[in-house]
Amino acid sequence: MDDQQVKFYQVGSFAVGNRLLDGGKHTVQADRARSNSLTSGHRACQGCGEALGARYALDAAMRATEGRLIAANATGCLEVFSTPYPETSWQIPWLHSLFGNAPAIATGMAAALKVKGRSDIRVVSQAGDGGTVDIGFGCLSGMFERNDDVLFICYDNEAYMNTGVQRSGATPPAARTATTEAVGAEPGNVFGQGKNMPLLAVAHEIPYVATATVAELHDLERKVEKAMSFRGARYIHILVPCPLGWGSATSDTVRLARLACETGVFPLFEAENGEITATSKIRHQVPVEEYLRPQGRYKHLFTPTPRPEILKKIQQLADRNIARFGLLAGSDEAELVGAEGS
Amino acid sequence: MMQKPFAITLDVGSSLANKTGSWRVERPVYVDRMPPCNDGCPAGENIQGWLYHAEEGDYEAAWRGLVEDNPLPAICGRVCYHPCETACNRAKLDEAVGIHGVERFLGDRAISQGWHVTVDRPPSGKRVLVVGSGPTGLSAAYHLALLGHAVTIYEAAPAPGGMMRYGIPKYRLPRDVLDAEIEAICSLGIRLELEHPVGDVVEEMQDGSYDAVFLALGAQLSKRAYIPAADSARILDALSFLASSEDGEPPRVGRRVVVYGGGNTAMDSARTAQRLGATEAVVVYRRTRAQMPAHPVEVEETLAEGVKMTWLSTISRVEDGKIVIEKMVLDETGFPQPTGEFETLEADTVVLALGQDTDMSAIAHMGDMSVRDGVLQVDDDMMTGHPGIFAGGDMVPAERTVTIGIGHGKKAAHSIDAWLRGERHATVARHELATFDRLNTWYYSDAPKTVQPELEGIRRRSTFDEVVGGLEADNALFEARRCLSCGNCFECDNCFGVCPDNAVVKLGPGLRYSFDYDYCKGCGMCVTECPCGAIVMEPERV
Ligand SMILES: Cc1ncc(C[n+]2csc(CCOP(=O)(O)OP(=O)(O)O)c2C)c(N)n1
Ligand code: SF4
Ligand SMILES: [Mg+2]
Repeated sequence: MDDQQVKFYQVGSFAVGNRLLDGGKHTVQADRARSNSLTSGHRACQGCGEALGARYALDAAMRATEGRLIAANATGCLEVFSTPYPETSWQIPWLHSLFGNAPAIATGMAAALKVKGRSDIRVVSQAGDGGTVDIGFGCLSGMFERNDDVLFICYDNEAYMNTGVQRSGATPPAARTATTEAVGAEPGNVFGQGKNMPLLAVAHEIPYVATATVAELHDLERKVEKAMSFRGARYIHILVPCPLGWGSATSDTVRLARLACETGVFPLFEAENGEITATSKIRHQVPVEEYLRPQGRYKHLFTPTPRPEILKKIQQLADRNIARFGLLAGSDEAELVGAEGS
Repeated sequence: MMQKPFAITLDVGSSLANKTGSWRVERPVYVDRMPPCNDGCPAGENIQGWLYHAEEGDYEAAWRGLVEDNPLPAICGRVCYHPCETACNRAKLDEAVGIHGVERFLGDRAISQGWHVTVDRPPSGKRVLVVGSGPTGLSAAYHLALLGHAVTIYEAAPAPGGMMRYGIPKYRLPRDVLDAEIEAICSLGIRLELEHPVGDVVEEMQDGSYDAVFLALGAQLSKRAYIPAADSARILDALSFLASSEDGEPPRVGRRVVVYGGGNTAMDSARTAQRLGATEAVVVYRRTRAQMPAHPVEVEETLAEGVKMTWLSTISRVEDGKIVIEKMVLDETGFPQPTGEFETLEADTVVLALGQDTDMSAIAHMGDMSVRDGVLQVDDDMMTGHPGIFAGGDMVPAERTVTIGIGHGKKAAHSIDAWLRGERHATVARHELATFDRLNTWYYSDAPKTVQPELEGIRRRSTFDEVVGGLEADNALFEARRCLSCGNCFECDNCFGVCPDNAVVKLGPGLRYSFDYDYCKGCGMCVTECPCGAIVMEPERV
């Protein structure tokens, strides 16, 4: 370009790539030579957010470590759909053991690498929300507490999807699962239960914690890359919509992840050593109904009898996130959880 | 059998062996849709296409794309009423892309940089006569020359340009710009004969042994209306008023000028009168503002210059130094009816801008020509009833604008080219429209339209300097990048990124993408996340 200096680039950095930006600002996913850590032929459902999230995160980690990466994987969809014997979709060294022990396996890997003096090789451990917040929680908390040099990634699809959509500690209120049927006065999952795993990780005061979604690729990749710049225990919690479990269109996976952020339902933030350091602002705020309506797991909120009072309670939760994390533009001074004294 | 560890019976294999494409019931397919701007452009420009190059700052490639359809971008960027912008999808997001600003920038840059097109076709050996050097005739001559034909233009006036010179005032179209673009067209080897009025088309055709003729005579006769007037009353028709302020002695208009009519010519006349020294110009129009045929932009600019408007009024007589107008009301069909209420307005000069007619004397004697409602009838190929004689622009049934004329010229050139080969020009099927609901606008940056600097009203009232300024390189680039590339892939990599099955193949710069149907499961995510709506799902063939 000859005689101009402008900042505006058609899609800016919202899209995966942008032919108008120089290469350095491209995502890993825009690169034809990306590692495709999780390659084609896997047996994830059509439109699987978890398969997408795993490739996004691991390809970014692969770039950050120049290909020196080992992964430990908990039982769950990600493991099952990628490795039906004797096939594997993994194009990285990858190990599976049990449903609940992926953090412990990773701890062992990191310890072994340390003994061998191979600090250049980095360890990632990954699990679904069930494997993270429920059965794996003890191992994970220990891994955090010891500050083992592992990046743990939780792919949160908000239920035990692999065994048929049972409720987990990460299932949101009012959502229908196989174990929280849409019946009775308070249909679906109950309000006031479950765990906020990202904040639990922050409370462990580990070097780095972040949340991300499959809708914000630049943000996700930046966070993975940043996580790899730390030593010690790190945690990234990625929201990965599940068309099967959520009863949504296979084409809507990215869209729903985007709506989860734009409603305030899923706040995007980063924390270092127990302090929240950054939050992503909502770009075009929308009411929670826009996020809930396309999902079959919330159908009972709309038919046969509309349940505005439940919608209102979900909206209140989103509004609480917005206030807590300062998600609206110009709300920088909002109360930051995990900030000093809280 | 190979030795295997305990409990292992098979070799490790890649999941690439598992062709998940067999799960698919629908397949994604890349398409190109018609962007609304292109759809709305009377000159048939591929606006989205040339903006694509401008987005990269490759202005020369953008200009080359532009002049494939329209040889007058610096002119059109100034005088076209830009239906492209009226149709632009970005208007539903914030404001339409300022297409005309970028077009003008490209046209001006071509002039300053000396970019020019060349004729690549071998000479066809055919001779074509174009009558009239307005936008229609020039456009036809340009396209015919590019198609390899030997073109001659006959122009009755002493200078080329038609209404662009004698109808559009300088403050809207500076003459150096007009001259430069005409010069560039003529440099393609076109012969231009000025002061060559055509008395009889058939005779001229024979005399010059032309194989085909394109008539672009325009509409140069001012319509008159009978208005009782005192002998001393000063009444001018708008066209000669505007023309005489172009060449020769500018007319003396006095202090108060009344312009009668509601079209673009009326607006130009009022604005010109103020520039010639009138302290007050008043437009008198018999219907309402909303019914004025003038383009809303022109009405606004005219009002901004302090011109007064008296709607729902007719002039019933002109006296010495004043006029008598009658107030009108609209009847239930929206037609103005007299009220019997009269008023007087002071007026030193009355300019009549009541519309224009074509002088058809060159074809009047021809039995195979059909003139209806003052305009010459042509077929779908723009051919008149006389084989080999084509016509376009203001003299045929259509709205009368520069850009429509340019479109006619291009269309006629292709028809003439085909006709000379004994064929008919094949029109390509138009792509389905890229409507706003096809876009995923979340991906586009928020960016308001760059406002072209306007000369302050006071300066503009007293001089013929150009009113609307141009874009600079940086804001032209900014403006181009506001384009959403409706319906046409602009290589944002979204499909390549969002496919959970890595079933999109990125082919490299300019080559777009393809689908790997061995693995595509048909989830449709690429369709939803394509910003510009360039992918569709089609039922899988079974
Ligand atoms: C100890 C143990 N209990 C139960 C199971 C059965 N099981 C396999 S995967 C799974 C659910 C996994 O859910 P989550 O961790 O959320 O991953 P997702 O499949 O949703 O990605 C369960 C219950 C098991 N493999 N091991
Ligand atoms: S956004 Fe671009 S492609 Fe779409 S209508 Fe406007 S100028 Fe044309
Ligand atoms: Mg799960």
